[in-house]
Amino acid sequence: MNPSGPLARRDMTAALRALGVEPPSGFTERVLDRVGLGATADRYVMVDGPVGPLYVAFNARGICHVVTAGVVGDEPGGFEERHRARFGRGTRPAGTPPTGLDAALRSGRSHQLAYDLGGLTGFERAVLRKALDIPAGECRPYAWVAHQIGRPRAVRAVGSALGRNPVPVLIPCHRVVRSDGRIGEYALGPELKARLLEAEGVDLEATAALARAGARYLGSDTTHVYCFPTCRTARRIGPAHQVRFRGSAEAEAAGYRPCRNCQPAKWGA
Amino acid sequence: MFTSIVMVVATGREAELAAAAAIDLDGAFPAIVERYGRVVYSTARRLSVQAVDAEDLAAEAFARAYAAMRAQPAERTAALRLRPWLITITLNLWRNQLRDASRRPVTAPLAAVNDPPAPGADPAERREGDPRLVCALSQLPEAQRVAVILRHVVGLRTSEVADALSCPAGTAKSHVFRGLAALRAALVEAREGTS
Repeated sequence: MNPSGPLARRDMTAALRALGVEPPSGFTERVLDRVGLGATADRYVMVDGPVGPLYVAFNARGICHVVTAGVVGDEPGGFEERHRARFGRGTRPAGTPPTGLDAALRSGRSHQLAYDLGGLTGFERAVLRKALDIPAGECRPYAWVAHQIGRPRAVRAVGSALGRNPVPVLIPCHRVVRSDGRIGEYALGPELKARLLEAEGVDLEATAALARAGARYLGSDTTHVYCFPTCRTARRIGPAHQVRFRGSAEAEAAGYRPCRNCQPAKWGA
Repeated sequence: MFTSIVMVVATGREAELAAAAAIDLDGAFPAIVERYGRVVYSTARRLSVQAVDAEDLAAEAFARAYAAMRAQPAERTAALRLRPWLITITLNLWRNQLRDASRRPVTAPLAAVNDPPAPGADPAERREGDPRLVCALSQLPEAQRVAVILRHVVGLRTSEVADALSCPAGTAKSHVFRGLAALRAALVEAREGTS
């Protein structure tokens, strides 16, 4: 042993070399996740949506992020940055879209797709799952969503949750509108919400006019069923048989029963 | 003789990985993280005070490297000297973090960022070598500390240390020399202080 002990140069440099340290376990995997190469990495495709191109990101659990190209621009870097900003992980292009996406975009039926809504609260997931129940071409009020998920007083929270929808267009938060006939908020902008609804065949003018006239529900005097005006059942009511109601109390007092498709709730006016 | 053989082999593997990354970055990158994880993490760990900050710093260094390799032409990636390049990225990131921390209003005293931990205070540290040496190292002035870490903890050549510090080779050598002398003096003091 060198009489100078740890102060001899060779021992010192050896002691310094011994200060090298392995990274903690799992380090490599965490780095790979950070750049989007991890085992559960998000991948994305660009597809044609109902009102323009969409970026759709997905992983093994399902579709996790949708953004219109108009919002992030045509360069993929814009979407990748936005994805990383929102989720804290990278994403990279995929060769093929997730199963069922093309069919869903063509048909407007996206209920059956797999979604990865991890990172959302239970309430937010319940709101979005309920929005998935709204068929293409139909609208429901925010308060309807709140009532359907058992939180009738949480109308504003429903609006906020819809505003945070990470997969708009596919989870149709655009089909949730205000009871007063105004179109309401939309994370990707109210103009886009209007275009999406019109692309699905919603007559926004007629819907707004009915709301302004106080006609919350339409009924058929042949079936004695009452519906939201955009319900497919309501749209089949001939003008001669159409009855208007201000609220469910009025409809039920007249002997009408709620439509099973659109489930107008026993709340409010 | 043995040292030079190791360096030739290392350079061979390093060149292989760089070439592979130039052709298929996503395919080669996991191997790059595996191979240089220790060296990047050691650099970060010896520069930073807290282990958790070191992991974040090291992971971010690899993320920056990945982004750079994505963005630059393949020929540049193929010509990379991966080990000094990754360490330089780590060093620059560390410096940026220090600079940003000193600009922000601090809720904890800034001294906490630069003060050495009490030797043996962090349980993870006890596995990581002589605590008095760790403490003495963390008290060196920055240029000497970085030079000693790069030269002797990580094992870069003096020319690579000079590149990372953006200084002439002679300056890098003198930082290392003075750093080692200062460490010796600190350890003598520590030994005499406890006897």
